[in-house]
Formats: sequence, structure tokens, C-alpha cells
Amino acid sequence: MPDPVSEETLKEQRLLDSTLQSVDRAEEIAVAAAEELGFDEEDRHQIGMAVRECMVNAVVHGNRYSAHKKVHLTLRSASNHLAIVIGDEGAGFDLNSLPDPLAQENLLRQSGRGILLIRAFMDEFDLHPRAGGGTEVRLVKHKNRQ
Amino acid sequence: MSVKLNTRQVGDVTVIDAAGRITLGEGASSFRDLIRDLAAKGDKRLLLNLAEVSYIDSSGIGELVSGFTTVTNHGGSLKLVGLSKRVKDLLQITKLYTVFEAFDDEADAIRSFA
Repeated sequence: MPDPVSEETLKEQRLLDSTLQSVDRAEEIAVAAAEELGFDEEDRHQIGMAVRECMVNAVVHGNRYSAHKKVHLTLRSASNHLAIVIGDEGAGFDLNSLPDPLAQENLLRQSGRGILLIRAFMDEFDLHPRAGGGTEVRLVKHKNRQ
Repeated sequence: MSVKLNTRQVGDVTVIDAAGRITLGEGASSFRDLIRDLAAKGDKRLLLNLAEVSYIDSSGIGELVSGFTTVTNHGGSLKLVGLSKRVKDLLQITKLYTVFEAFDDEADAIRSFA
């Protein structure tokens, strides 16, 4: 079976400031790439929203809006999927430290639902330490899943 | 486009018509400010009309929850009407359909406050 990662080609690579404008920009870039690859409207919406949630995590929680830290955005495509990698330069993040947003006692918490939505909208979600410091997230959406 | 918020009175229910995107930043904070103002001036029956809302992210969902808590703590209630399929899906994914009372029809929603 071929390695899906080695089949990917680089589509876009950006170094973005740690601002909310970058969140909007990354969402636009991902949705445009998804449209170019032929994803339907619902998939494009889900990809855009997952990228938005990841970018918010990188800008707000990872880089804490620092003017000295960047968000690393990479899009790779293959015949049947779009892969998006978002890295921050923050202090790192332990996924296990997140409270379960679906637990009854957490339902009325104001925050903590971003990762839940990303997992619901994307086919693959992988979070790991970024080489050089910070956290990196890889998201993958497949085409023609029906 | 950020969110646009307008309020109107239907009997003793304050209907908030929202349009646009409720996302982190201006959209979420303007919604939060409006709910706090209405709760502080004693409006206890609030109906949030989301029919023209095209997009809500997790921060926007957080503001809906925060608004619900604020109004409830003031002895009132915040209900929802006009949810798109996408917003319904979000409430389903986040289990918030167990928290919010939501209606398809505004007249039904208004009557439910009686």
C-alpha cells in the first residue's frame, strides 16, 4: 500500500503573524485550496472551520498573540486528500490536560470545544511537539468518502 | 463580515436578530456585551434568532453558553430559533442541544415563554 504522505505535493507554505487576521487568512487559504481540489461545499466549510479552530489555538494559546512568534501553515495535497499542518512556537501542549467538553459538568464551560470540533470535521487529527519548539497539528480531509 | 445584532420586542419577549458570523473577536464580544446589557436592565425573556447567522465557531458557541448562563443567573431564560442545519449539527456535536431550548418557528418560541 502506498504511503499517503509521500504521495503528497506541497501546495502552500506560509509564515503567519500571531493575529486574528491570520486566523481569517488561513481559513481563506484552506477553503480556496479545498475548492481547487474539488471538495464539496460542506467539506469546504468543515475544513475551513477546523483550520480556524487550529489557528485560534496556535495564535491565542500557543503563541499568545506574541509579535515575536509565528504560525507555520503548510498545505499538501494528494489525489484523494488535503493535508494541513499548523505549527506554533509556544510552550507546548498536552492534549490529555483538556477537560472532556462533553462531560455533564463541563457543558456550560465557555471554552474547550475547539479540538472536539476539529476531530468531528476532519478525517485525521494528529497533535505532536513541533521540531524547534511549540506544537504542530496535522489535519487530513479525504475526498469521496461515501 | 462580523455579526450584526438587532433587538425587537414581541410582547414581553426580547427577540435578538443576529446576522453574519459569531466568531472569536468582534463578533463574539458584541454578542456578549448585548446579552449582558439586556440581562442587567431586567430583560428576562430572550429569544436569539440565528436564521441569518452563516457561521459560528467554538468561541461563538462559548458566547452562546456564556449568554445562557448570564441570563439564567439573572432569573431569566435564553432560547434559540431559526437554527441552520450547520448550527444544529454544532449543538449536536457539542451536546448543547441538551442545554438550549431551540425552535424552528418564532411564534412557537414566543408562546413557550408564557
